[in-house]
This record gives sequence, C-alpha cells and structure tokens, in this order.
Amino acid sequence: MSAAVTTTAPAPAETGETRTVLALALPALMLFVGVVVIPLAMTVMLSFHDWGQYKGIEPVFILKNWQEIASDPYYAEMFWRTFRVAVLATLITAVFGVPEAYILHRMSGPWKGFFLLVILGPLLISVVARTLGWALLFGGNNGLANKLLMSLGLISSPVRFMFTETGMVVALAHAMMPFMVLAVWTALQRLDPQIENAAASLGAGSLTVIRRIILPQIMPGVLSGAIIVFSLSASAFATPAIIGGRRLKVAATLAYDEFLNTLNWPLGAAVAVLLLIALVLIVVGSNALIERRYQEMFR
Amino acid sequence: MTRNGPIALAFHALFVVFMLAPIVVVCWVAFTPEGFLSIPTTNFSLRWFRTIAAYPEFVHAFGVSLWLGALSSFVSLLFAVPAALAISRYRFPGREALSALFLSPLMIPHVVLGIAFLRFFTSVGVGGTFLALVIAHVIVVFPFALRLTLAAATGMDRRIEMAAISLGADGWTMFRRVILPSILPGLISGWALAFIQSFDDLTMTVFLAAPGTETLPVRMFLYIQDNIDPLVTSVSASVIAITMTVLILLDRFYGLDRVLTAKGGERGDAGR
Repeated sequence: MSAAVTTTAPAPAETGETRTVLALALPALMLFVGVVVIPLAMTVMLSFHDWGQYKGIEPVFILKNWQEIASDPYYAEMFWRTFRVAVLATLITAVFGVPEAYILHRMSGPWKGFFLLVILGPLLISVVARTLGWALLFGGNNGLANKLLMSLGLISSPVRFMFTETGMVVALAHAMMPFMVLAVWTALQRLDPQIENAAASLGAGSLTVIRRIILPQIMPGVLSGAIIVFSLSASAFATPAIIGGRRLKVAATLAYDEFLNTLNWPLGAAVAVLLLIALVLIVVGSNALIERRYQEMFR
Repeated sequence: MTRNGPIALAFHALFVVFMLAPIVVVCWVAFTPEGFLSIPTTNFSLRWFRTIAAYPEFVHAFGVSLWLGALSSFVSLLFAVPAALAISRYRFPGREALSALFLSPLMIPHVVLGIAFLRFFTSVGVGGTFLALVIAHVIVVFPFALRLTLAAATGMDRRIEMAAISLGADGWTMFRRVILPSILPGLISGWALAFIQSFDDLTMTVFLAAPGTETLPVRMFLYIQDNIDPLVTSVSASVIAITMTVLILLDRFYGLDRVLTAKGGERGDAGR
C-alpha cells in the first residue's frame, strides 16, 4: 500500500520551490539512477553477450542465450516448476491464511496483538534459520514432520519432503504466510462491523455472513496478498536452494548456478531477465484485471 | 463482535504451531549435548554455542553483518530523509514516478538485483569489496527507511513549523530544531527495520560476498549447502535471539503493527 505516499495532498509547488525539491530529492535520485537503473540496463545487455568456456564473456550482440532458453526443454521444465511451486504455495497461504486472519480479527485486544506478533514476527527472522528449521523437521523418513503426520493418522507411509517439490511448497508457504495474513488483516480492518451485525439481525447464519458479507469485501485484499506471495515465491532463492537441493532447480537457483558455478554470466542474466519480465507481466496484468473487476462491482 | 468458536480456536492453535515449529526446532536442537543433530529431552548443553567461538569465519561474518547493517541503514536514511521531505511536502511533476522508483527495490526480485549489482560492481572494479556491499544494501533497505520517514513526515503537525518560521527560524535551524526532533521516532524505527532487512538478506548478498566480506546469512547458507550439524543451529539460534531483541525493542518503542503495516501489502524480503 502506498497510503503513506498518496494520502496527503501537499500544496502545489510555487516558483522557487522547484529548486528546493530538486536539492532534496536529487541525491537519492542520482543514487538510484547510478546503482539501480544503469546496472539493470547492463544486465539486459549482458544477456545478449556471447560466452565460451575459454574465451569468457564477449561483448557482442547475439540471441544465443535467448535461443538456448527457448529451445532447450530443460529451461521450460525449470520455469514450469518455478511457476507450479509458486502457485501451490500461493493457494496454501490463501486457504489457511484467510481464515486465520479472520480469526485474528475476531479476537479481543491483547490476544489479537500478541498473536499478530507471533504470526508476523517470522517475517523478520532470518530466512536461512527458518529454512534450516524445515530441513530439520523434514530430515529423512523418520523426521519429526513425518512422525507427527503418521501419529495423527493423516498419512500411512512417510512422505519425502527433503529434495522434493512437496517440501519446497510447504517451506515456501510458511515463509510467505505472514504476507497473506497481513494483506487480509488490513482488508478486514477496513470492514464496517455494522454490516455484519445488520446481516445477523436479518437472520443470516455465521457461514452465510462469511460467504455473502465478509468474503466479497475482503476479496481485493486476498487477491493482492496472492499477488505478493506468488511473485515472492516465484523469485525465492533460499528455500528452494536448501530444501530443493542441487538437483531441483528453480529460476533463482539456476541463475545463481550460472553466475557462481558455471560462470556463464550471459546465460544467467538471460534467465534472470526472463524471470523479471514474466513477473512484471503477471503482476501488472493481474492488478489490472482485479482493478477492472472491482471497479465494475462498486460502480 | 462474536467470539471465535472451538473449531476456529483449534484451527488457530494448529496454525500457530505451524508458524512456530521450524523456529522452535532450530533453537531446541541448538541446546543438544550430543555431537550430532538430536532433540535434547533431559540434558541441555551450551557446548554448540561455545563451539561458535572456535570458528573464526562465523565470528568474522557476524561482525561484517553487524557493521554492514548499521552502516547501510544509516547511509540509507541520509538519502531517504531529504527525499521523504520532498515527496511529503511538495507536489511536483514526476512525484509519483519518483516514489515508485524509490520503492522499486521491493518489486524487483532480489536475485535480479544481486545479478545487476554483481555485473555493475565487477565492471567498475569494486567487486567483492565491503564498499560494494554497503552500496547494494543502501539500495535494498532504502524503501523501508523511506516508508517510515515518509509516515513520520506526513504525520507532522505543520503548525509547529509555521510557528518556527514566524519566530524567524531559517531553513537549517528549522530542520535541526523542529523537523528532526519530531520525525526522530520514525527515523529510529526506520533504521531498525532497515537494519533487520540488511542483517537477514541472503539472496542479493550471496552474489556480492567474497571470502572476507561474507555476511552471516551467506556464511550460514554456504555451510548448510555442505552439511547440517548442530553448529549451524546454534548460530541460527543466536541470530534468531538478536532479531527477536530488535523486534521487541521496536514493538515497545514504536509498535510492530505500525512498522509492519507501513510496509504491509507490499513486498518485503521474505522470499529471498
């Protein structure tokens, strides 16, 4: 939310103020142009360069890397896996995060604050430490996760979590859960409790209230949470690298490999640029769809 | 407002267990007295915490992370405060675009940023240095510093400034004596949040760190890639303890929900 950026409407600039604005914003602007815009442009350029085992990077303009990504099924499979894992993690966070946000919303003051801290806190705890925790829980066939699931009777034989997409999805869903809870919780805060009361006084059961009153109103929050979770999952690095191991590559871990192990920088740059473009298209596209849909609804 | 039913509370309990399980298990295993990964039940020992001292690369990486976090968050604020003042008090063409640019490190995947920084810093000849890490971290934590500074600057009572002007304060005096004191809580929180983000960053830093400039998350990541033993759990437990301390201070001082909702709805660094 860019609430802090857009809510206040400062006075229109008068002559002479332009200089003040420039003096204030110029240092940061120059920093960003120099260290963000230019390096990103250089990375796009890099993806068109040539590379060889012995000759290194050659600054020429060729489509070799892009053709390789387009033609080799290895890359299609890898991008498909990235996408699949991200979608599944998003679905899990929505299925569990939305009810949890609603439960939190209905709690009384001190409990609400405490559990909000417990659930959002992990967001700020080192992702390496959190993923290590999952690696410990998953570890082998007699890991704690399997013991627990089997003693609860949810599964009959151990599930392989380590070095599988299942494990990746579970650990990613855990890492992303706070974002979904936060997005839905923010939407719930804006809800008018009187509408809920009105529905109840007209004889609506609590399930009907949730389905007909609450859910439609918080849907924009759920969807924006889903977009955040999806784009973060699709570009996640630590979790797929530790849980997925060396074999099960996603876009971020493959780019890392090309840069720091194979040293084929142009190919790695092409993978990264493609990931960036795909994410921008998906995020911008779904944002536009959501906006159009909800504008129609509230017209 | 109706209370949560028993089913809702049972769901809630399982949810909380799910959220805390990996963190608890790391801290628990860290206290094992054994030489291998195990969950201690009767005997608890600090031997693996003492072992950290015998691994200079972890101690050194910890120092790098602390310095990097403190320095880059501070430098980031030096750029963010004037930018936030410009964005919050003036309307000028390109204002929206400017704030979008300043928040863009939240939108660009960190792996892409890491690659772009690696390419850039290598080609200007500072690849693998501490300076490169500081500049990269200044960029990555900038949105957090900017958000909280903006929130503080927007919430300021402008009448105090008018009073200062009417009493003859010039621009610099006004900033030092009026604006700075009133946005200071926001600045400190912004610094703390930026510090945590820098201290925890792996995805971007893993591309830039060289032997000697490895941060703690990078060192831990590279260690885990080879093997997982109780040592890395005690290091993780220490990192968790440090982050929790900053979090609790931040919560007492400013309110964690305020800090998190200021960045809420957008992206943080959790994907990494």
